[in-house]
Amino acid sequence: MAAAEEQVVRETTRRNWLLSAPALVVLVFTATLPFVIVLVYSFLTPGQYGNVVWKFSTDGWVGLVMTRDVFDDTLGWADAHLTIIWRSVKLSFATTIITFVVGFPTAWFIATRPQRSRPIWLFLITIPFWTNLLIRTFAINEMIRNEGLINTVLMRTGLIHEPIVMIYSDGAVLLGMGYAYFPLMVLPLYAAMDRFDMRLLEAGYDLYASRLSVLWRIVMPVVRPGIIAGCVLVFIPALGAYVTPRVLGGGKTMMLGNLIEMQFGQGRNWPLGASISITLAVITLVAMLIIIRRAGRETAQ
Amino acid sequence: MAEAIAVEARNAVKEFGSGPSAVRALDDVSISIKVGEFFTLLGPSGCGKTTLLRLIAGFEMPTSGLILLNGQDITYLPPNKRPVNTVFQSYALFPHLTVSENIGFGLQMQGRPKAEVHATVARMLALVKLEPLADRKIGQLSGGQQQRVALARALAPAPKVLLLDEPLSALDLKLRKEMQIELKRLQTETGITFIFVTHDQEEALTMSDRIGVMSAGKLQQVGTPKDIYTQPVNRFVASFIGETNFLPATRDGDGYRLDCGIKVAAPLGKAERVTLTVRPEQVRLEAKDASDTIPAKVTNLVYFGTDTHYHLMLPDGAEVVARLQSLASGDTGPAMGQDVGLRFVPGAVQVLED
Amino acid sequence: MKRFSVTTMPGFALIAICAFAVLYLPILTIATFSFNAGKAISDWQGFSFRWYEIAWANTEVQGAAIRSLIIASWATLISVLLATPVALATTRTAKFPGRTFIYMMINQTLVVPEIVPAVALLIFFAAIKIQTGYQGLGYLILAHVMWCIPLAYLPIRARLEGMDLSLENAAADLYASRWQTLWRITLPLLMPGIIAGAMLCFITSLDTVVITEFVKSGGQDTLATYMLGQFRRGLTPEINAISTVLLALTVVLLTGFFLLTRKRD
Repeated sequence: MAAAEEQVVRETTRRNWLLSAPALVVLVFTATLPFVIVLVYSFLTPGQYGNVVWKFSTDGWVGLVMTRDVFDDTLGWADAHLTIIWRSVKLSFATTIITFVVGFPTAWFIATRPQRSRPIWLFLITIPFWTNLLIRTFAINEMIRNEGLINTVLMRTGLIHEPIVMIYSDGAVLLGMGYAYFPLMVLPLYAAMDRFDMRLLEAGYDLYASRLSVLWRIVMPVVRPGIIAGCVLVFIPALGAYVTPRVLGGGKTMMLGNLIEMQFGQGRNWPLGASISITLAVITLVAMLIIIRRAGRETAQ
Repeated sequence: MAEAIAVEARNAVKEFGSGPSAVRALDDVSISIKVGEFFTLLGPSGCGKTTLLRLIAGFEMPTSGLILLNGQDITYLPPNKRPVNTVFQSYALFPHLTVSENIGFGLQMQGRPKAEVHATVARMLALVKLEPLADRKIGQLSGGQQQRVALARALAPAPKVLLLDEPLSALDLKLRKEMQIELKRLQTETGITFIFVTHDQEEALTMSDRIGVMSAGKLQQVGTPKDIYTQPVNRFVASFIGETNFLPATRDGDGYRLDCGIKVAAPLGKAERVTLTVRPEQVRLEAKDASDTIPAKVTNLVYFGTDTHYHLMLPDGAEVVARLQSLASGDTGPAMGQDVGLRFVPGAVQVLED
Repeated sequence: MKRFSVTTMPGFALIAICAFAVLYLPILTIATFSFNAGKAISDWQGFSFRWYEIAWANTEVQGAAIRSLIIASWATLISVLLATPVALATTRTAKFPGRTFIYMMINQTLVVPEIVPAVALLIFFAAIKIQTGYQGLGYLILAHVMWCIPLAYLPIRARLEGMDLSLENAAADLYASRWQTLWRITLPLLMPGIIAGAMLCFITSLDTVVITEFVKSGGQDTLATYMLGQFRRGLTPEINAISTVLLALTVVLLTGFFLLTRKRD
């Protein structure tokens, strides 16, 4: 008789797999398999006009951090690549921190609005979130370029006589990413704070906590899942950013995304592009795993 | 004369999970519910009463055992093929449909002709007195109104058996009392077998023809409300339904000797060492040293309006609660600390052998 | 003396207001200057629809806009059709063998930056293009579907998880077959989740620039890649006008959705 029960379980399992099958097939052929091919390509030899020649080579991986001298074939550190990798990691961390520092008070502000006006504030965050990333990046460019709004206004008012050069720098890219990814930080923070029981604050103050210690000892730990989600959501796209450094960094301030793109364009080095792309994927995955693992352990406690 | 059996469970076992972590929600339950009766499954939460109901409805299948409806094996029949309907604890009314559409849903699914669906819906609306709200959406109804729609929806297809899963638990006290009467009326009018699940012993006592008391996945006792209240078979049933006193005692000849040394008359069982149980309202208080009484001291008095509870201590320290009708103002009963004589109403003492 | 409010944190409101201001100043600026009669963006020379007219008459813009809409529509339709059954399969049942695997497969693209699948598809499709000779929009649609499936899946799944399971039990109890339950109860109640998922897909598909840039063949510019391609040192007033139209479209869609869901609740 238990066999009948088992049969039902088997049937549901089969049905669920059948329901999932079409999507899985599409994703296997458009995501999983192509990624495996990238892995294979990273071990091949670059073709003369792009693409690859089917000859095994580890140059794609060596080229990630080393460079072969044109004349005597010796290996040296690929300073340009290392700079770009370092800049990507640095700027992504900085973006995450900045969006958090501004995003936390903003999310708190929204979460503590009266029930009636809260959706409107939330809506105001949602609009930029849904607005094309390209447009938002263009808009920042328009603000900070030499003939942009900020410089124009400052010059008109006579505060400065020469435009302040802000664009095409690490700072410009950082500003652009912070601006672009800000809603990604605020929304999960808000979601966590919305569930936060404000009576806990009363309990905290009742037990002699100051505002700072209430914030630090009660609010932060309770909304931690939101903080983690926000940081992950900002860090991942920041690390792989392509549009923002291209529009705000010019050719000078490249990040990993631009370096990858270069290998498939002028660089004509697909294996190197493949290896950088895998490195990027691995860095994000490891970062994710560490953060989620730690979050999991803390919730378990 | 053997009455017809509507629903029967035979050695029903239900385990959730598998291996060593499996939880046994139902442990070898066998029960027969007669046609046309109002049967209540009563027990604390987690006792398996809802699981049993879900087995009858077809939402779950037993790990072993059988479920029969009018003598036919329906153990593995899917819910949509069973002439059994459920009133859900959360009501589970379809929020995107109107009141009428909800009530007509079952009939439509059965493929009944439009005219019949229409007529039955109208009849059901009248039965639960919701005609003016026929075209409302569910979200616009109050809790009590939703409750009525849920009832009408489950009754509309004229099921052989109606299952009710704690349907009144979400209502406030006053509405709950009203709905208790309403349910009883509907059951009498329709003649449908009702299986009602509740954890509220008062609800069970007032509404049911018979009650099945459950605990820890097992059926403890089945009987009429009076049987269950006056002749509980074990300690669990005695304490779960109403308040009661427990007194350890030892068999001595034609009666039982309490630990304080006094002998009490009670129906004789097999066991030497037993627990005697007696309801607080079956305890009488008399003057100290009155004949055939147990000496006791009043340790606490709790006033309940219609009656007063006297907490009494026997010489060996055992506690007994007596419930007496409150006296008219001016009269005074025994006071705190006073010594009294205590007597059990003849025939009121039950023997529990477990 | 100021009244003590438990929820107030010093400085938070100020930071928040500033954040909102900084958030809106740039996009409002480009929206405003798209109506500038003059060529320079930050030099106001009077109101005009000039740049809209120029953009509208530009056949390249027309082609890109139509291509964007075609790709976004197909990608949305296919993603929702693929994601809805998966959401149904992975929510209402007890844990079954492989559920975690399915979940990971569906969300695999969520955890990597867009450039990674873009590169992978560039390589993969390049090989297929050589083998088959087919150069059509199918590649872009398929690439967008890949990117959109988890975005369709998540809101639908969230909606399903919030749905009272006893509603489906009730339908079965009232003689509805599995199909009837799906059509008459589950799907109607799932609609807000499906609409949200579809909206996410549509807007994401319109936005996606990196994947499109890597996958497209010659002459397959969408609005996003066209704008990126036209962008040199600064914005042209024409791109500005297109941006503003897209911005307006987003606001209209969002407001509509906002009002729709509010009314329903």
